[in-house]
Amino acid sequence: MKFSLRIWRQPSADAEGRMVTYVLDDISEDASFLEMLDVLNEQLIAEGEDPVAFDHDCREGICGACSLVIDGQPHGPQAATTTCQLHMRKFKDGDLIDIEPWRAGAFPVVRDLVVDRTAFDRIIQAGGYISAPTGTAPEAHSVPVPKQDADAAFTAAACIGCGACVAACPNGSGMLFMAAKVAHLGLMPQGQPERHTRVLGMVAEHDASGFGGCTNAGECSAACPKEIGLDVIGQLNRDFRKAAVRAA
Amino acid sequence: MQPRKAAPPKPQSRLRSSIGLKIVMAVSGILLVGFIIAHMAGNLHVFEGREEMNAYAHGLRTFGEPLLPHESLLWVMRIGLIAAVAAHIWSAIVLTHRAIHARPVRYASKKPAKGESRHAVATMRWGAVVIVLFVIWHLLDLTWRTVNPVKDVPDAYGAVVATFDPSRWPVTVFYLLALVALGFHLRHGVWSAVQTIAGPNTAWRGRTQAIALGLAVIVVAGFAIVPLAVTFGLVS
Repeated sequence: MKFSLRIWRQPSADAEGRMVTYVLDDISEDASFLEMLDVLNEQLIAEGEDPVAFDHDCREGICGACSLVIDGQPHGPQAATTTCQLHMRKFKDGDLIDIEPWRAGAFPVVRDLVVDRTAFDRIIQAGGYISAPTGTAPEAHSVPVPKQDADAAFTAAACIGCGACVAACPNGSGMLFMAAKVAHLGLMPQGQPERHTRVLGMVAEHDASGFGGCTNAGECSAACPKEIGLDVIGQLNRDFRKAAVRAA
Repeated sequence: MQPRKAAPPKPQSRLRSSIGLKIVMAVSGILLVGFIIAHMAGNLHVFEGREEMNAYAHGLRTFGEPLLPHESLLWVMRIGLIAAVAAHIWSAIVLTHRAIHARPVRYASKKPAKGESRHAVATMRWGAVVIVLFVIWHLLDLTWRTVNPVKDVPDAYGAVVATFDPSRWPVTVFYLLALVALGFHLRHGVWSAVQTIAGPNTAWRGRTQAIALGLAVIVVAGFAIVPLAVTFGLVS
């Protein structure tokens, strides 16, 4: 297959960036999107040019490292799929494909298509954890969890923290990510002691990092490769309201 | 990753947090929706004729008299409305400002929106500007009568008939345009407010979307019927 690629090139965080067009031929339709970029990079290196920097790690759709906005859509046109699991057969021969980094003030571009997602780590540090004594693993059945709660928590826990929600949000909000963590931990018995401090700390850090507010546009959920639903944001709102009233 | 050296971030103002602002937006919005429904229902008195309509308008002013002072109901409504409008616009401005700063570099490639109320979402901000301009005109026209041919305040019926006279068609067109903006605003706003206040409920999400759409259609139709009736001579 043959493709024209318009890729965001930016040599460093402070440098000006621009879209650069490349033409790529002989791509297998079974190549993943990242393998297609690997081929491009080999071609660029052979020509003595700088390869395109992009984040990737497991290439199995579970690590959350890959982060490309393809034709304006985080992780590309296929629903519930990370960039690494997207294959070129989803595109038509001769397509022009735009590739950009996540765009958010809280996710500054490091180079080309790589952004710094440390802001997500700071939100986790501000409350996205449980405090548990270390030592031998406790007997699994010592803390009963209703099946319904376990299922809902597991659905929220599917969040891989890739940041596609921020990239898709018209307000550049990190609410879906934060809400997935709040819902995941808040539904479990182990998450109860820190339930209120968690939500207040995470929201304060989210806002301080420069993410925008949520207006329930729903683009986050539509872009989420793990299909996290908007209901977690409802849970976040409710937990925040309760915590704010209690803290007042 | 740089560990954060300082103590946990200091507690922010809950009201000015992104969720606090969203709750302010939702609560003030629900109050305004209540007003809009009451206003729409009141407008329909126009179909009962001049006496009934003017009696309704007079009744609003003299509600509770002589136990309560003149226009007490109206003043409670006015103060509540001004507070709700101020809170609604304040939260909108702060959130819009943050949204602009949250994405300093825009995408080169436009993506088709996929959210459940995407068409309404796209109109929320500029539609709100249309609504604000309309409310200013509406007050000048039918409350203060500055731009209305009928200056006699008790004659609400006469003012409605005069302002939507076919010769003043741009007034009617602006009224209908503002209604369309309001309809889209309610389509997203009502469901968004419920999502913000009611908490998580996947089953009710679809129903709330349908209720918001239904309410938007009813409000637009209920308001639009009055100027259209006047313009087409059903009310004169």
